[in-house]
Amino acid sequence: MTTNAKRTIAAVRADLAAKRVSARELVADSYARIERDNPRLNAFLALSPERAYAQADRIDQMVARGEELPPLAGLPLAVKDVLATRGIPTTCGSRILENYRPPYDATCIERLEQAGAVVLGKTNCDEFAMGSSNENSAYGPVRNPVAPDRVPGGSSGGSAAAVAGGLAVAALGTDTGGSVRQPGALCGIPALMPTYGRVSRYGLIAFASSLDRVGPLTASVADAAALLGVIAGHDPCDATSAAVPVPDYLAELGKPVAGLRIGIPREYFGEGMDAGVRERVDAAIAQLEKLGCRRVELEMPHTDYAIATYYLIATAEASSNLARYDGVRYGLRTPADSLAEMYRKTRGTGFGAEVKRRIMLGTYALSAGYYEAYYLKAQKVRSLIARDFQQAFEKADLIVTPTSPVTAFRLGERTADPLAMYLADIYTVTGSLAGVPGISVPCGNTSEGLPVGLQIFGPHFGEARVLRLAHAFEQASAAVA
Amino acid sequence: MKITREAVLHVADLAHLELKEGEVETYRQHLDEILTYVEKLNALDTSGVEPMAQVVAVGADSAAAWREDEVHDAAVTAEALAAAPDPAPPFFRVPKVIEREP
Repeated sequence: MTTNAKRTIAAVRADLAAKRVSARELVADSYARIERDNPRLNAFLALSPERAYAQADRIDQMVARGEELPPLAGLPLAVKDVLATRGIPTTCGSRILENYRPPYDATCIERLEQAGAVVLGKTNCDEFAMGSSNENSAYGPVRNPVAPDRVPGGSSGGSAAAVAGGLAVAALGTDTGGSVRQPGALCGIPALMPTYGRVSRYGLIAFASSLDRVGPLTASVADAAALLGVIAGHDPCDATSAAVPVPDYLAELGKPVAGLRIGIPREYFGEGMDAGVRERVDAAIAQLEKLGCRRVELEMPHTDYAIATYYLIATAEASSNLARYDGVRYGLRTPADSLAEMYRKTRGTGFGAEVKRRIMLGTYALSAGYYEAYYLKAQKVRSLIARDFQQAFEKADLIVTPTSPVTAFRLGERTADPLAMYLADIYTVTGSLAGVPGISVPCGNTSEGLPVGLQIFGPHFGEARVLRLAHAFEQASAAVA
Repeated sequence: MKITREAVLHVADLAHLELKEGEVETYRQHLDEILTYVEKLNALDTSGVEPMAQVVAVGADSAAAWREDEVHDAAVTAEALAAAPDPAPPFFRVPKVIEREP
């Protein structure tokens, strides 16, 4: 049996259909790996064996009856702990939701299970998805399977580590400012942020509602396409989910990439990028040109304002969304004599340092006398950043950039300076603000052996094109290696 | 220095956050640094720019945006209350907020 790390969705399905392995064996194998490696990686916070084996048995019965298997049959799946799972602990990496068990499933989980996927458990993340290194989890940091003294990136660090470490074949993460793409880059796996509204947010515990998206982290680009095809589409439970038809992403993968205009925005290739990252990204762009893509030089002049814009808007929305954690309906309560004191003590003890920092920043940006100077100004600059993308897509079919200016850094190396940590999100937050889809696809390792990610942005609902280029690049890289 | 100690305490009060004494100065420094950084937005002339109110314009006037207002019973009362710190079915119990006149 091949390891999870080498498995793909198609291989799992083929192995099941040919009875080379049973779904139950696949689950048992995944749990054996988790038992062995999770104490070191800390990628999983909770496991759901009852639910996983029940689903595996359903798949095995379908195999026994000779039925056609659903697209994700038997897929061992890890789910970021900000997605609600009925009866299974959902903590958001926070003490304030310790032991919380939601009474419902997120729509994306429901759809994946209907398509045959097996939920193994919930993965570690920065508290309420706020962080870029997974060091803000109340349940300890995750280690990068590629380099265990280093972070996996964040905030979907547990999901990235679970796939890169072979504990699961695929994972769901969430991306607000880069939280799927950046850990994908730092752990060396493909990671997709779909268009805003492409995937239902119902059951995604809110951080910043105008930015939050659910996306897959996988062993191959084709697997990301397969997962997206299942979770995409309108959901009556999420009014912001788009009623735009869902294409057959897997079928689109095989279409040619020669002639595609790839835009290279010069603002993404300035100071602050590690030399090792630049070398790999330059080589990747040369590779894309070899595949027949046409390089187009772009200017996206508001890129430099994206971090400031993002951290005002995201924190403002977070300060509102996180008001619900007050010790009344779920999670932690710190008892006190008055209701107001109970709120203050519960939130003061239940939230970690980064979450409190962001709540205060967002509250400040929305408070009387500062709303126009901070929040409204940021919303206007957000329009300018979105316009940069619109204009870029008049000249180019796709935009190609690095995913992160740095590779995986050492645990503890960057925790002292919150602003410096924010600045490392420079290449990902732009696309988050503009609502466009983006993928990070591995483009080799630095001389230190650390993975580098290539980011590809597409226009709204242009996932098929994004995936097609990423897939072609992945295939070409595999042929070279 | 843009942010004073008093401003930090005011914001923490608005956000219902109890801060430990040591946290006040740490957050003051961090907020000060971050708010100084975001001032770079003032270099941009945004007169005549509309604030972004909708992320993706597709579907706003489509059938998806309009639906019948139908009542569905989620039937999760017991499960929802089971997750509460102090349930008193079918209510959530909290410390007394209104004092009765004697």
